[in-house]
Amino acid sequence: MDKLPPWADAVLVPLISLLLAAALSALVILGIGENPVEAFRLMVEGALLRSAGWGYTLYYATNFIFTGLAVSVAFHARLFNIGGEGQATLGGLGVAIVCLYLPWPHWTLAMLGASVAAALFGAAWAFIPAYLQAKRGSHIVITTIMFNFIAAALLNYLLVNVMKPAGQQDPATDIFPAATHLPTFQDMFATEANPLFRGAPGNVTFFLAIAACVAIWALIWRTRLGYEIRALGHSESAARYAGISPVKTIVVAMLISGGLAGLMGVNTAMGEAERLVMNATEGAGFIGIAVALMGRNHPVGVFLAAILFGFLYQGGAELALWTNIPRELIVVIQALVILFTGALDNAVRMPLARVFAMRRKPAE
Amino acid sequence: MTDPAPAIELQGISKSFGPVQANKDISLRVMPGTIHGIIGENGAGKSTLMSILYGFYAADKGDIWIKGEKRQIPDSQAAIKAGIGMVFQHFKLVQNFTVLENVILGAEDGGLLRPSLAKARGVLKSLAEEYELSVDPDMQVQHLSVGHQQRVEILKALYRQADILILDEPTGVLTPAEADHLFRILDNLRAEGKTIILITHKLREIMEITDTVSVMRRGEMTATVKTAQTTPEELAELMVGRKVLLRVDKAPAQPKGAALEVRDLRHVDTSGVERLRGVSFDLHAGEVLGIAGVAGNGQSELLEVLGGYADATGSVTLNGSALPLSGAGCDGMARRAAGIGHVPEDRQSEGLIMPYSAWENSVFGYHRDPMWQSGLLMKNAAIREDAAGKMERFDVRPPNPDLAAKNFSGGNQQKIVLAREIERNPDVLLIGQPTRGVDIGAIEFIHQQIVRLRDAGKAILLVSVELDEIFALSDRIGVMFDGRLMGIRDAAAADQRELGLLMAGVGEDEGQDPMAAAEAAERERERREATHG
Amino acid sequence: MTVMKSLLGASAALALSAAAAIADPALIYDLGGKFDKSFNEAAFNGAQRWADETGGSYRDIELQSEAQREQALRRFAEAGFNPVITTGFSMSTPIANVAGDYPDTKFVTIDGYVDPEEHENVKSILFAEEQGSYLVGMLAAMASESNTVSFVGGMDIPLIRAFACGYAQGAKSVSDDIEVIVNMTGTTPAAWNDPVKGSELTNAQISQGSDVVFAAAGGTGIGVLQTAADEDILSIGVDSNQNYLHPGQVLTSMLKRVDVAVYDAMQAGPDLETGVETLALADDGVGYALDENNEELITEEMKTAVDEARQQIIDGEIEVHDYRSDDSCPAISF
Repeated sequence: MDKLPPWADAVLVPLISLLLAAALSALVILGIGENPVEAFRLMVEGALLRSAGWGYTLYYATNFIFTGLAVSVAFHARLFNIGGEGQATLGGLGVAIVCLYLPWPHWTLAMLGASVAAALFGAAWAFIPAYLQAKRGSHIVITTIMFNFIAAALLNYLLVNVMKPAGQQDPATDIFPAATHLPTFQDMFATEANPLFRGAPGNVTFFLAIAACVAIWALIWRTRLGYEIRALGHSESAARYAGISPVKTIVVAMLISGGLAGLMGVNTAMGEAERLVMNATEGAGFIGIAVALMGRNHPVGVFLAAILFGFLYQGGAELALWTNIPRELIVVIQALVILFTGALDNAVRMPLARVFAMRRKPAE
Repeated sequence: MTDPAPAIELQGISKSFGPVQANKDISLRVMPGTIHGIIGENGAGKSTLMSILYGFYAADKGDIWIKGEKRQIPDSQAAIKAGIGMVFQHFKLVQNFTVLENVILGAEDGGLLRPSLAKARGVLKSLAEEYELSVDPDMQVQHLSVGHQQRVEILKALYRQADILILDEPTGVLTPAEADHLFRILDNLRAEGKTIILITHKLREIMEITDTVSVMRRGEMTATVKTAQTTPEELAELMVGRKVLLRVDKAPAQPKGAALEVRDLRHVDTSGVERLRGVSFDLHAGEVLGIAGVAGNGQSELLEVLGGYADATGSVTLNGSALPLSGAGCDGMARRAAGIGHVPEDRQSEGLIMPYSAWENSVFGYHRDPMWQSGLLMKNAAIREDAAGKMERFDVRPPNPDLAAKNFSGGNQQKIVLAREIERNPDVLLIGQPTRGVDIGAIEFIHQQIVRLRDAGKAILLVSVELDEIFALSDRIGVMFDGRLMGIRDAAAADQRELGLLMAGVGEDEGQDPMAAAEAAERERERREATHG
Repeated sequence: MTVMKSLLGASAALALSAAAAIADPALIYDLGGKFDKSFNEAAFNGAQRWADETGGSYRDIELQSEAQREQALRRFAEAGFNPVITTGFSMSTPIANVAGDYPDTKFVTIDGYVDPEEHENVKSILFAEEQGSYLVGMLAAMASESNTVSFVGGMDIPLIRAFACGYAQGAKSVSDDIEVIVNMTGTTPAAWNDPVKGSELTNAQISQGSDVVFAAAGGTGIGVLQTAADEDILSIGVDSNQNYLHPGQVLTSMLKRVDVAVYDAMQAGPDLETGVETLALADDGVGYALDENNEELITEEMKTAVDEARQQIIDGEIEVHDYRSDDSCPAISF
């Protein structure tokens, strides 16, 4: 099997996949009688050329960084955690409980407390599937996806019956106290003369996400635990030989994964909505799978892929606002990117490998 | 006298993959009705050459002549048409098809299966009688032993009227008894005028069955000689490119007190079979205790139990203190901390993490040692530096600590494992199959290291299915059969015939069925394949 | 042409900053989507009727995510659209968040509530769904031969419980011992668009004896009505007039005149009067549908009884309990 040079694997393959997805999307847009070039310009202008656009792009990206990291940590142990949805839902619940029922003097402390709660709740939600996998061999793909439904039902029950203020229609909690509101980019960077990031939900949690990238990089490649997680992922028999407990390592990897997904709740509940609403996760747990796949399970790749998907989400919103492209088609465009960068990865990689092999030969 | 046309003649075959030239200007003549061995170390280019012959790769240069006719072989269909059949190392059978269905797969006579099946049943019956190739045609392949699966592969080729058979490392997966049977089959085929090419790196097999042998080294054909006119030593030298010691030079052992005392060790595996049935022995400092036996008689489990990753009952005492045999404190890391090193039987699935770099592997199992920690992080730079030193001392090639383990040859992989386990200076070293899949040049080095460790006063438990290796290294020899240790002999006093009987379960205990040993081996292999598959 | 127009519009919108004088109305649909044959579609129909009649133009968007709620509000307000009309109660909180930043823009929340004291530029339009449901509950009870009627709700939220509660009260006012079976499709927004589940629930209710089913479930109701027609029982539509879907087999539809609310708001334009408005029976904001498709199903006797009750509710002689007022229902328990 011919191999690609690392730079081609990391840069060229995703780039070509993206171009293919873009080309196909353009055809789709043409097919409904809209102008793809204008559509692309709208997306770029709306998502990248306005500070408020960046505020949205980075807000979405923050979600995807957390869920993408969650998927990749589990994947290093060869566990396919597709329960990011449910873990993030529970993370949001943890945030809400901490923000609503504890008095916080300042947002910094509140953020710390909420992050711990979000991670703990997310991790707890991942614990049961992890335990079942490690001890009973119940397949984690099945159990985590089932737990997504249970999480949604649990949150619905709690919102409707327990946490919703009396008389409110919306199945959502009360607004969190002002002391727990996180500074948005607008709060941080806007000045009187230059109202940057106006109204955009991007907030300080983005920096928490960057910190998480660094921490996960160090965890996976610089710590004993990361060494053991990767070892188990590559070979369980070797891990047993070395004295690494598969049960313990599976559970710990899933706890970290669930905790990361849970942290997304800080961004959605505390940073954006400032209350807990139903379905705040909106599929970010699943987008995390595509982000991890495209990012090659490396924090830098996850970061970049998350920004890309943030752009697609925000650009898609701009398309919905200013064109007559129906929202279903915008989902189709986003899906094409996932399809090409994720599922059809090999469709690009293999022909590319052949091209490289051919180029190499005459060089000798 | 007119020479018959060669069954196969290759002229000037060259093939490269990127910068690697796998075959360089190779010429070869294989005469009909002979068994022609091709021998060479791993990576010498044997498999590439055969793949060209079978149409998997196109040669960059060179011509192929089959039975005097020049041929193009663009794909395996063309090879089959030319009368070439190939038996791969890893069988290409449909597991849930019957033998008969597998045999006709791709060679059906028409849209309806029934006539083809009926015809094949007849052909199979006559082939079975002719060549001792009997297999139950209605059995599903997944229920067959490895040896029988291999027969199905041979039958497939013969059914397609192959008169040239290529076998790629056919004995690598077989028990000795199965290998003997295979050689009888090959003998019969030769007697019927078939031509056989046997690819192997085992000198013994070459000497035993081939008529002619060609030696490959680094992509080149270095020699072709009549087997009767050569010796294993000469072949080894041709393979490696220098003189090789096939025997191990060692002084008599100077055993001291018992380092490891094992008493009544019993182990039951996950499917409820008792794999160790009361094993007891003493292992002395300064000696090599060799454990011989047909694979699957409990040797693997003995290593796993002593290595700390399989539960057992009984007692194991290391230098006077008892080791836990289950629960907390019974894992590989605890055993290493107590002073037991372990070179596992299967370095690819146990001893190494194949995608890990050499330096990451150089501390595998010792990675929690405080000397490699600084706070929360591991001292990667220090580990890497240490690994470079180990690789130099153990002559690992290439000496590049950043290269992934999977990119090293079998011998160099084994040296990485050995370096890791030996340099920690353990009191007891467990070694399983130290030279399995290792090229001859590295075997010599590995054997020297084992003897050196013994001379340094360490206790070594050596498990090997190669009786030659057991004899070459051991000071005392025990034989395992069906989960029991059949008696320990002084190596000097032991003779091969007696050990062979013990391996078959005949001897000490009340007469046991010799077939049980072979069956145990079968079970073992199936279990391994199930878990690794 | 429309492409060019929308592109020009887009570019213009991008070029202009706050308070540009486009002053077209904008309409934001809730996550259910524009063509749900029910609530959002009613809003779309109202807007379309306004556009057809006046020759005016408007812009609309179907939301995809929670975070887009505020975004769409802000972007429309910045581009000068006025009023910005929204459907669904989930929009009220985002409107409360952004309204202060755009004092010159009028916001309308249909089905939502924003405190008029705090935000003077917001109009909240609510409906007395319990009153309309009461009337169709009466009709259901009168049409039922098995003395068992049923209800399929969409997502289990207070609004839908208010529908169910009003329905049960109406049914029990006709027959004291009538059995009212209540099922909710789900607990996530997916419950608004799951016709298969709606069909299954309907079948289950039929096996329990129900012969009239009321669907207050958005797109899920399509499956409920279909199954009712297939199994030859009567059904009741919701929000829009759905009688035409299965003529002669849909007993009636509980109307919620979202279309009228949207039409009126667009007609008023930037001069829209703000505050809280509850559209009840008295305003014809809710009601039941009677047309050629169901005239044979509603007997003169039924019509008289229902119209009488309607008047009594308007006059305050009958008090229909609203589940949302205290999160409980006297007629059924959830």
